[in-house]
Amino acid sequence: MEQLDFEKPIAEMEKAVEKLKHVSTDAKGDLSAQLHELELKLLERKKEVYQNLTSWQTVQVARHPKRPILSDYIQFIFKDFTELHGDRCFGDDQALIGGFAMLGKEKVMVIGHNKGKNVEENIKRNFGMPRPEGYRKALRLMKLAEKYNVPIVTLVDTSGAFPGLDGEERGQAEAIARNLTEMAAIEVPILTVITGEGGSGGALGIAVADAVLMLEHSIYSVISPEGCAGILWRDASFASTAAEALKITAKSLLDLGVIDEIIPEPIGGAHTDPAQTAENVKEAILKNIKKFAALSSTKLTNKRFEKFSAMGKFNK
Amino acid sequence: MPWFIQTKSERDARKKASDEMWIKCSKCNAHVFKQDFINNLNVCPKCGWHGRITASERIGLIIDIGTFKELNETISPADPLSFVDGKGPYPAQVEAARKKTALNESVVTGAGKINGIQVAIAVMDFRFLGGSLGSGTGEKILAAANYAYEHKIPYIIFSASGGARMHEGVLSLMQMAKTCAGISRLNEKKIPFISVLTDPTTGGVSASYAMVGDVNIAEPGALVGFAGRRVIESTIKQKLPDTFQTSEFVLEHGFIDMVTPRKELKETLYRILSFYNR
Repeated sequence: MEQLDFEKPIAEMEKAVEKLKHVSTDAKGDLSAQLHELELKLLERKKEVYQNLTSWQTVQVARHPKRPILSDYIQFIFKDFTELHGDRCFGDDQALIGGFAMLGKEKVMVIGHNKGKNVEENIKRNFGMPRPEGYRKALRLMKLAEKYNVPIVTLVDTSGAFPGLDGEERGQAEAIARNLTEMAAIEVPILTVITGEGGSGGALGIAVADAVLMLEHSIYSVISPEGCAGILWRDASFASTAAEALKITAKSLLDLGVIDEIIPEPIGGAHTDPAQTAENVKEAILKNIKKFAALSSTKLTNKRFEKFSAMGKFNK
Repeated sequence: MPWFIQTKSERDARKKASDEMWIKCSKCNAHVFKQDFINNLNVCPKCGWHGRITASERIGLIIDIGTFKELNETISPADPLSFVDGKGPYPAQVEAARKKTALNESVVTGAGKINGIQVAIAVMDFRFLGGSLGSGTGEKILAAANYAYEHKIPYIIFSASGGARMHEGVLSLMQMAKTCAGISRLNEKKIPFISVLTDPTTGGVSASYAMVGDVNIAEPGALVGFAGRRVIESTIKQKLPDTFQTSEFVLEHGFIDMVTPRKELKETLYRILSFYNR
C-alpha cells in the first residue's frame, strides 16, 4: 500500500508486529505478551499521529490513492443503485454521476464526484473533475428527486471543476451558478458528505445542503493550497503554508460554522478500512435524513436560506 | 545654456505634465488626450476599449441624479482566519485598500432610479482587493437582494471581480451559495434580476450571481470566464486565442444576452426594465 511520509514509522512498527507474529508461531517460547504490548503501542502511535495531522498532512490523506471513492460507497452502503445518465443537453459526464439507491431503508437520490481507482478509470472519469454537463445532470437528478419526494445525498470528492477549453465554451461558470441558485429552492432534504477533496466551486456545485458533513480527514477549500500559494506567495512550494492559512480541515470548518458535523474515520484514516468508513457515513446520513424529513417544504427551504444567509464573518 | 537643451528636472517636469495630460490606450496603444478618455466614460475614443471605472462612477452613470440611497455602507472585512500571506497580514491589505478607495468593501449597494424606475443595485469595485468576493461583499449583495425582495423592485448587479477572496478561505466560497440563495428568492417572487458583467468577471463571481441573471449584459471586451487562462493553458498544453473568455466569446456561446457599450448601458437597462409588466 502507498505510504505517506508521516505513515512510515507506523508502517515500520506494523512490520515489526508481523515479524513477531511469525516468530511466535514458529518458536515454542511464548511471545504473545510481548506481541500484545507491541500491538497496543502501534495502536497508540497511530492514534497519536492521526489526531495531530497538520493541514498539509490532511491534504495528503484526503488525496490518498487508496482513500474510498464513490464506487466504494455505492458498493458498501447504497444498495440497488440505479444510475441515470446524461444532462439532456450535451452528454453524460462520467466525473459526476448519480441515481436512485437504497440507504438502509431510505430511498434516496445519490449524486457524487466519481474519481477512479487506477489510471484507466481516472482517464475515463476525468479524475473526478466535472465539466458543465456533469453539473447539469446533477441538477436534473435533483429535480427528479424533488418530483419523487426522496432526499438527495451528495458525496463530494473533487479537486475542482475541470479547467478546460470545452468547459468554458459550454459554460462551466453558468452550470455551477445555476446549481447554487436552484439548490436553494429544492423542496426535499439535501445532505452532503465531503468524503475526500472539497475543491472550491466544483465541490460547492453539489453541496448547497441542509446539512454538510465532513469525514474527519477530508478537506474543503476555496482554492487548492498549491493554487493559493502560487497567487498569494507567488511560489507553489508554499503549499503547506497556504494549507495551514486557508483553514481547510474538518475541525476548523466546524469552528467557522461552514459544516455541521464531523464523521469519524477509522484509526489510521479511511483508507485503512473503507467498509467501516462507509458504515460511519451511512449512520451519519440516516441520522440527518430523519432530522429534515419531518419538515414541510417551506420550512425546509426557509431553513436552508437562513443557514446560508448566516455564512461569513464581517464587521458591521 | 542654449534654449534647446533641457536640464533633467525640466525634462521630468515636462514628462510629468505630459503624463497628466495624455494616456496610452491599453488595447490599441494610441496616445489619447486624458480628458477625452474621461469624457468618453473611460472608453478609448480611438478603438472603443473599455477601461475600468469605480463603483461611484458607475452609479453616477446609471442612476438618476439625487436618487441613490446607499445601504450597509459600514460593512467591512473581518479577519476570521487571522490570515497572513506573502504580502503580510490580511487586515493590513484591507487597510491599504480602504485608503486607496475610500470604500469599506469591494461592493457598493443601494437603491435608486433608472429613468424613474426604482431598482436595487450592487456595484463591485475592482480596486478593492481585486473586487474579490469576501464575507462582507456577500452580505451586502444578499442584503440588497433582500431589499429588492421586500420592496418588489428589480435588482441589478454590476460585477467586476477576479473571484472569491482567498484570505477568508471557505467562508468566501460560501458567499457564492449565500448570494445565489438571495437570487433564488427573487425568482420565486418573479422579481427581475439583471446581471451586468464588466471587466473582469471570473472565478467564483462568474460561477455564482453574475451568470444567473434573467438578462445578462456584458460590456465590450470584458474578461468573462471561470478558470484562469494560465490554468487552462497548462491543462490543455495549448496557447489560447486572445478572443477566448471575452464578452464576445460568451455571447457567441450563448451565455449572455448582449454586449452593450457603456454609453448605451443606462438606456438598455431602462428598456429591459420597462418591459416588466407586474
